[in-house]
Amino acid sequence: MPVTAIPTEPTSQIPNAVELKWDHRLERWLLLGLAAPAVLLVVVMMIIPVGWLFWLSFVADDGTVSLVHYRRMLEQPSYGRTFAATFQISLATTAICLLIGYPLAYTLSQLPRRVANLCMIAVMLPFWTSLLVRTYAWLVLLQRRGLINTWGMELGLWSEPVTLVHNVGGTLIGMTHIMLPFLVLPLYSSMRAIDRDLLKAAANLGASPTRSFLSIFLPLSLPGLLAGSLIVFILCLGFYVTPAVLGGGKVTMVSNRIANDIELFFNWGAASALGVVLLVLTLTLLYAASRLLRLDTIIGGGHTR
Amino acid sequence: MAAMMHVTRIDRAMAQHAALPITIRQLTKTYGAVRALDNVDLDIKAGEFLTLLGPSGSGKTTLLMMLAGFIRPDHGSLKFGDTEVIRLAPHKRDVGMVFQNYALFPHMDVNANIAFPLRLRNVARAEIATRVEAALHMVQLAGLGDRRVDQLSGGQRQRVALARALVFEPRIVLMDEPLSALDKQLRDQMQIELRQLHDKLGMTTIYVTHDQREALTMSDRIAVINHGRVMQLDTPQAIYERPANRFVAEFIGESAFLTVEMRNGACSWRTASIKTNQPPMSDGKCLLMLRPERLRILRVESPPDMNVFTGTVTNRIYQGDTFLLQVTLSDGAMISARGISDSTTFASTPMIGQAVSLGLPFHDTVLIADTEH
Repeated sequence: MPVTAIPTEPTSQIPNAVELKWDHRLERWLLLGLAAPAVLLVVVMMIIPVGWLFWLSFVADDGTVSLVHYRRMLEQPSYGRTFAATFQISLATTAICLLIGYPLAYTLSQLPRRVANLCMIAVMLPFWTSLLVRTYAWLVLLQRRGLINTWGMELGLWSEPVTLVHNVGGTLIGMTHIMLPFLVLPLYSSMRAIDRDLLKAAANLGASPTRSFLSIFLPLSLPGLLAGSLIVFILCLGFYVTPAVLGGGKVTMVSNRIANDIELFFNWGAASALGVVLLVLTLTLLYAASRLLRLDTIIGGGHTR
Repeated sequence: MAAMMHVTRIDRAMAQHAALPITIRQLTKTYGAVRALDNVDLDIKAGEFLTLLGPSGSGKTTLLMMLAGFIRPDHGSLKFGDTEVIRLAPHKRDVGMVFQNYALFPHMDVNANIAFPLRLRNVARAEIATRVEAALHMVQLAGLGDRRVDQLSGGQRQRVALARALVFEPRIVLMDEPLSALDKQLRDQMQIELRQLHDKLGMTTIYVTHDQREALTMSDRIAVINHGRVMQLDTPQAIYERPANRFVAEFIGESAFLTVEMRNGACSWRTASIKTNQPPMSDGKCLLMLRPERLRILRVESPPDMNVFTGTVTNRIYQGDTFLLQVTLSDGAMISARGISDSTTFASTPMIGQAVSLGLPFHDTVLIADTEH
């Protein structure tokens, strides 16, 4: 980087003080410059559209400023049901991901690093195919004449086709599959960071394997656990494709409702209002979680810093 | 329930004797073609401070981890007192251990760390508090119980780890290079403190280090380990003065070697006869060990009770408390002599290129077999 325009006026007896301060400032600005494209992108792609939606949600169908969209949400119980369903399904997906993901991440964290890396690729593999393809793949597996029903009946496990899809169950299966890596990744890295000598020390001091898991490993993996769960839960809240395809119209999450409002009724205001409410709820949740996390680090002795 | 029974068993044993002897027989561990431990036999006395000393990869840490139960050997026997423990899980062995990186639980404060082994043993709450307090006092950390682990300095962490390993009064304590992360001054101080603590509490202590000075300073006996085998097991003085083989002689202290010839009980180097107080070795070639501080720089004539080597000074190095004189002998062999650098000695030492005579008293003349082990 050519150095230009360094002020050359004679300064006091302190050598190079001004010049060095200038260099420092220049470096700061150059560093900021690296973030500029991303900042620009966020402003153009996020802040402006979200602001526009926010404004639209306060505009009634006749063009006047009103709270009609929000009032409708309070008055019609179906909206409440939609929000309740969204949170229930998100919570259920997170819980299932936890039940499957924690043991998986634990196993991976105990493997030799090379083997674990290979297994991690397997965990990440779903990311290499499109979300839509994966969702339709589940449809192929789960439908009335799908692979699972065919095999189940051929093996004589059940005689009539079982409804596996176009319901909450099918939606949960598909969402869990897609969300699992988001939980496993942070969980795995936080488990990897746990010094194995700590577990040895616990055993040496007299802790049985169960006890040392509960007293040492679990508390130390908690930050990764909370981070992963939070990512999964928040991604679930806004999930559209999988509930739409695997829910078969029987599962209405907020994003499906937004799509309906726009595609069927061309009601941008109503759709925007839904989006704004979901955003506010999510942010509230994030704030609450961050308070909880901070609480955890205080209790946990600040090892996550 | 199981924990309760465990405690009573230990308590009964504690009533009989505070420290336990350790008996190791044919302990072996192989990793592929590498023998990490090769048929190790070792008897550790009750209440002894024994150091496992060896270079990295020698198997000393493997042996310690086996005593703690973290590494499963291929075969062998390991007894604490009269009890065979070779198949006992780590948490049932009841030995204290200080880890190299301390392994303090980061999500617990100092008190909780030290209380951890007591809580596992279902000690009453009030007694836990007193014993934790006493342990903190013992390691000179009284009043720091509420600190978080990451608020402690390296030396303080070291002391907490020590308190945690000792608070449940184990009869055997294992230490895996516990001082290696401390700076030299603190290390020297902790060496003395650890040894005093051992003398006060009287538990059998197995201490792993690669630092020979640390081993010499602290130990009742040292087991020098190399290639998974015990090279020599003896007191620090015996290990230093009469090393069993070339490896021990080279690993502990500085030394140069001259190949000498034994014939009919008489020893000679080139044409000169070498006299020694030690019993004669069998005929053939063996090694004469020359420790720099045992060689005297001769000013006048040769004293009658010394073997004398003459050569040319190739280097003279001032090192503060001592100085080192490197001398090339007539056959090209290089040996070193060390002198105390008081105000006149160094100045009057021969210069580079000058001839010098070095004397080795007969009682310091040590011959060792020319073997690695």
